[in-house]
Amino acid sequence: MTYNILTLFDIILITTLLLLAWEVLSSENIFTGVVLFISFGLVMALAWVRMRAPDVALAEAALGAGLTGPLFLSALRRMERIHKDERRLDMDEERSDIDEKSDK
Amino acid sequence: MITNTLYSLCGLVLFAMGLFALFACSHLLRKILAVNIMSAGVFLVLVAAAYRPLGAGEVDPVPHAMVLTGIVVSVSVTALALILACRVQETSNLSISRNGLKVNDEEGSGG
Amino acid sequence: MKSRINNRPKRHDPLLLLLLLLIIILATLLVKVIYNLPVGITGLGEEVASFQQRSGVVSPVTAVLLNFRSYDTLLEVMVLLLAVIGVWSLTKAPFPRKTIKTSPVQLAVVRLLAPLMCLVAVYLVWQGSHLAGGAFQGGAVLGGAGVLMLVAELPMFQQISSRPLRIGLLLGPIVFLGVALLCIVNGGELLAYPQGWAGSLLLLIESACAVSIGLALSALFVGGRPVDDLLEKKKS
Repeated sequence: MTYNILTLFDIILITTLLLLAWEVLSSENIFTGVVLFISFGLVMALAWVRMRAPDVALAEAALGAGLTGPLFLSALRRMERIHKDERRLDMDEERSDIDEKSDK
Repeated sequence: MITNTLYSLCGLVLFAMGLFALFACSHLLRKILAVNIMSAGVFLVLVAAAYRPLGAGEVDPVPHAMVLTGIVVSVSVTALALILACRVQETSNLSISRNGLKVNDEEGSGG
Repeated sequence: MKSRINNRPKRHDPLLLLLLLLIIILATLLVKVIYNLPVGITGLGEEVASFQQRSGVVSPVTAVLLNFRSYDTLLEVMVLLLAVIGVWSLTKAPFPRKTIKTSPVQLAVVRLLAPLMCLVAVYLVWQGSHLAGGAFQGGAVLGGAGVLMLVAELPMFQQISSRPLRIGLLLGPIVFLGVALLCIVNGGELLAYPQGWAGSLLLLIESACAVSIGLALSALFVGGRPVDDLLEKKKS
C-alpha cells in the first residue's frame, strides 16, 4: 500500500460525493435536491476520470448531469402544474358549491 | 490497492444511503433520485474493481463498457419513471379532488 | 402545495430505526464482501488487448462495447427505444405554450451553441475509434443540443411532425440489426463482423446509433408523443 498526494485527493473527492449525496436525499426542498443531483453527477464524472475511465466520465457528464437534471426539472414543473390545475379545479368546485347554496 | 478499496467503500455507502432514502422518503421524485444515487454507487464499485494505478498494467475495459451501458439504461429508466410518477400524481389527485376530499391540506399539517 | 414538495420522513419513527438497522447490517456484510474480494486478479484487460487488432478500432472500450460485447449494446439501444415507446404511450406532449417570453440572450446563446454541440457530437463519434468517446457520448451531446433548443422554444420545434422523428428514432436500431443479420447471411454468427470490414461497419453503426440516441433523449425530455401524431391524423 502506498500513500501519496493522490490519496488525499481521493479522500476529498469521496467526502464531497458523500456529502452531496446526503444533501440530495435530505434537503428540505426537492428543487434543491435536483440541483444538487446535477452537481453530484459532475463530481461523479471527476471520480470516473480519477478511476482512469474517460469514456464513462464523458457519458456521465453528458447524460448523468446534462440530461437527467433537465428531466427531473421538467417533471417537477409538470407536477407543480398538476397541482395548480387541481387547485383551480378545487376552487371551481367550491364556487359551484357556493352557487348551489345561493340558489337554494 | 488503497484507491480501489476507498472508492468501493464510497460506492457501498452511496448504495446504502440510496436504499434507505428509497424506503424512507415519501415523495416520488425523491425516490427516483434515491434510485439514481444507488445506481451511481453500484457503478462506482464496478469501476473501482477495474482500476489499476498508473504503471501497474492496463485498466480492465469490460466493466467500463458495462457501466456505460448501465448509465444509458438508467437514464432511460429514470425518464420513464418520472413520466409514470407524473401520471400517478395526476390521476390520484384528480380522483381525490373529484370526491371532494381535501387530502393535500391534511398532509400540509401532518408533514 | 409547498408541504407536498417539502415532506420529509418523520424522525425517530421506530420503523425507520428498524430500517436503518437492517441497512447497516447489509452494509457491514457488503464491506466484508469487498474486503474478501480476490486480490491480484488481472481482469479481462489482457484478453481485450490481445484481440484488439481484429476489432477494427484502437480504443479498448469501444472495441468491447461494439465488437466483443455488441449484443449488450444492441439490446441497450432497444431499451432506449422501448423507453420512448413507453413514454409516448403514457402521455401526450404537454408542449409548454409560451408562458414567459424567451429572452434574446437565451436565443443568441442557443443559436451559437446548438451547431457547436452538433459538431462536438460528430467529433465524439469520430473520436470513438481511437480515444474516449463513441456513440453514446455523441448521442448524449446531440440530446443535450435538442434539450437546449426545446427549452428555448424555437418556432421550428412547434411544427415538427412525427414521421421524420419516428424514422430517426428507428435509424440506429435498424442499422444495427441490419448489420447483425447481414453477418449471419455472410456465413458467420450474429454480429461477427467480417474481417477487414469491422472498422467501417462500427463507424456506420455508431453514427446511426448516435442520431437515434440523441433523438430518443430529446423525445424523453419532451415527455409525450408529438402533438400531430400519425394515428390521430388518421382518426380525424
